[in-house]
Amino acid sequence: MMEFVLGHMNYWLFIILMMTGFYIVVARGNFVKKIVGLNIFQTSVFMFYISIGKVAGGTAPIYPIDLNVDPSVTYSNPLPHVLILTAIVVGVATTALGLALIIRIREAYDTIEEEDILEIEQAMQRKENAIEGSAMGGRA
Amino acid sequence: MRHHLILRVITKLIVPPIILFALYVQFHGDYSPGGGFQAGVIFAAGLILFGIVYGLRKVKKVLPPWLIHKLTALGVLIYGGTGVVSLFFDKAFLDYSVLASYPKDGQHYGILAVEIGVGVAVAAVMIAIYYAFAARPPRINDEDW
Amino acid sequence: MDVFVNLVLFAMLVSTAFAILQMRRLFGVVMMAGVFSLLSALLFVTLDAVDVAFTEAAVGAGISTVLMLGTMALTSRDEKLPRKSSVIPILVVMITGAVLIYGTLDMPDFGSANSAAQTHVAADYLERTPKDTGVPNVVTAILASYRGYDTFGEVVVVFTAAIAVLVLIGGLARRKDDEEETH
Repeated sequence: MMEFVLGHMNYWLFIILMMTGFYIVVARGNFVKKIVGLNIFQTSVFMFYISIGKVAGGTAPIYPIDLNVDPSVTYSNPLPHVLILTAIVVGVATTALGLALIIRIREAYDTIEEEDILEIEQAMQRKENAIEGSAMGGRA
Repeated sequence: MRHHLILRVITKLIVPPIILFALYVQFHGDYSPGGGFQAGVIFAAGLILFGIVYGLRKVKKVLPPWLIHKLTALGVLIYGGTGVVSLFFDKAFLDYSVLASYPKDGQHYGILAVEIGVGVAVAAVMIAIYYAFAARPPRINDEDW
Repeated sequence: MDVFVNLVLFAMLVSTAFAILQMRRLFGVVMMAGVFSLLSALLFVTLDAVDVAFTEAAVGAGISTVLMLGTMALTSRDEKLPRKSSVIPILVVMITGAVLIYGTLDMPDFGSANSAAQTHVAADYLERTPKDTGVPNVVTAILASYRGYDTFGEVVVVFTAAIAVLVLIGGLARRKDDEEETH
């Protein structure tokens, strides 16, 4: 029982971090904070994935420079590292794009809070319904 | 930033070692942790530091925006070009063994060329995104932070 | 000793995440995000992922922080107080967390050497890399040679992001009275 908890504790700790990032995305209205929460979620997913590839007693998967491979040394799994390298760079690309969109939203609505933008959109929709309703004789 | 003398002196001293370190990481990616992505990001970070402290106009004189936009495409072209070269020798796309007389040397040359393409593309992309963000007039004054 | 270092790093990561949740000044939030990236780079080193730690430290604490500060200078400085209740988000988060924890119950133990992830393809790559390529860094060899096609896709994705950002905010800001005249 104790070994089971110790063996799986790393997964559960990273899931706690993931849920913190997820909560920031869902519960906070400011767009910049949502992007920061998304980054927290993303980084904890990377940690989860890399902890799958760790071998106890292993070392980083880089051979000595003259390529004399010592058969008694265990190396950690290099494949998750490659996948996560790609994922980190793709993540920064999407973060840059999200931030550019926030700048344009601010120029269009003059605010970056989700509730304020919802109110502005609803007011615009009500005005449009009123205008089109009067053109059709009172029915929108 | 005209009155921040310490920042300007330190930046002048530290930006050349940053660029040198980026080149070191690029070419030692085969033998130690590193490679194209890390080198490109470190190079861009050095240029961005220079741009923050000395102003956008000075850093645009060093690397003008039209050159950066062309370098982003050049990086992707180098990578794709290395792949297409092996198509001309009747082998699969991105098969590096045709680039030299021994397949092992071919792998070395192929990995080197591909990492250079990646480094150039990533550095140019990060600098281009920084130029786009920094060119807009800010809404918060320097003293109000 | 290993477990102790990991636990200390994890405690600092969780406290940073909670500080980001509570803070309302966006400048502090962005700085804490940079701290989070650096701490996670340390955690990657203890998990033997040195290439990933390098990339995460450079990208997360360098480029990401600069871009977020640039966005902050163009938008706003503080977050408004949240008005809606947070019962539904907490419920959603707890249900998702419970389902994820249930999913990890039959995963292999941390650090086991004969789990399914370590035995088939990875052992093959570790053995073949010195003979096929002669490159000591196995991660670079896999990234550039064995899985070179995926890396090509990644470079194209980064290029596309640059184009998209340039399309969105490449030109100068249009003045508001220009827009009102054309309506």
